[in-house]
Amino acid sequence: MSDIDLQRRNFLKTSVGAAAVAIAPGVLLFDMAHGNPQALSGKVRWGMLIDTAQCKPGCNDCVTACNTENGLSGETKSTDSQWIRKIEIKDISSGRELSLPMMCQHCENPPCVDVCPTTASFKRADGIVLVDKHRCIGCRYCMMACPYKARSFVHEPLSDQNPDVPRGKGTVESCTLCVHRIDQGGQPACAEACANKAILFGDLNNPESEIAQKVRTVATTQVRADLRLNPGVRYQGL
Amino acid sequence: MKLLFSLLLCLCLPSAWADAAPKLDIGKGGQCVEDAQWMRKNHMHVLKHQRDEAVRKGVREEKHSLKNCIECHASTKDDSVIARADSFCVACHKYEAVKLDCFECHSGKRKSAWLQRNAK
Repeated sequence: MSDIDLQRRNFLKTSVGAAAVAIAPGVLLFDMAHGNPQALSGKVRWGMLIDTAQCKPGCNDCVTACNTENGLSGETKSTDSQWIRKIEIKDISSGRELSLPMMCQHCENPPCVDVCPTTASFKRADGIVLVDKHRCIGCRYCMMACPYKARSFVHEPLSDQNPDVPRGKGTVESCTLCVHRIDQGGQPACAEACANKAILFGDLNNPESEIAQKVRTVATTQVRADLRLNPGVRYQGL
Repeated sequence: MKLLFSLLLCLCLPSAWADAAPKLDIGKGGQCVEDAQWMRKNHMHVLKHQRDEAVRKGVREEKHSLKNCIECHASTKDDSVIARADSFCVACHKYEAVKLDCFECHSGKRKSAWLQRNAK
């Protein structure tokens, strides 16, 4: 190797080292200033696994718990908000009947986010799909885009909301996966309320978590998997 | 002389009225973020910044949250910042003629009071 090549290599080495020394504290300081320890990380993906064998027909405990937690009226008129509903389905050829809860599926590629003109509909880093009501103009495109009919529009003025769950007229809303509870280390109200433990909540990305282990070992289905939205809510025995 | 006196009165009275600051029910009160004058001028920016961080990034910083404001400033009588004309938020916003739309969605009550009422 010629002398000039070696000199060039040494020069490059030292200059890269010097650049790293010069930039590193800046990067660190930037991280300290902006990387709030409480900020969400993309490492987590919250999800649910619903065991339809454990979900009892006629039982409405998850729906009631959701209504109480989020201050919904519990009415089921077309103008009332429903964040979670129980569905009874029947396979006509075999006569097999199933009961299951249906709510926002917290898709990885949510169509409601695609269509929102004000970016009010958004997906948090941890996979929870939410409506930022500060930006929502109530156009209801997202309600039309959602294949699960998961979203509702608030038609009437509201009062006496849960201080943790702001809701108001003129905005679209849906299951938040009880984001206010999750951020405090809790789990959604519906999962907590289910007496048969049919709703398993957890981090799909953590291989150690109960939900990830179960998803790995038993057959689970995503509703309308053909749309390739990759919902965070999965069903077992569907 | 009479005319001059009434003219002076006319000039002085409105300015005397204008200086009368709104009387608010400050609740428990106290300073937890910045001093009162700074807060009068900047509370909206703090709240706006905090709300975007909380909703979109999940940074739920207790100190600058609307809930925390309400916790101290809700009236000790009715646990609310909006219930009466002299409630903490209402009195000032009325005086300044600035529309207050936080509470179309957010609760103006203390969480503890809300829990108490809804536990029944």
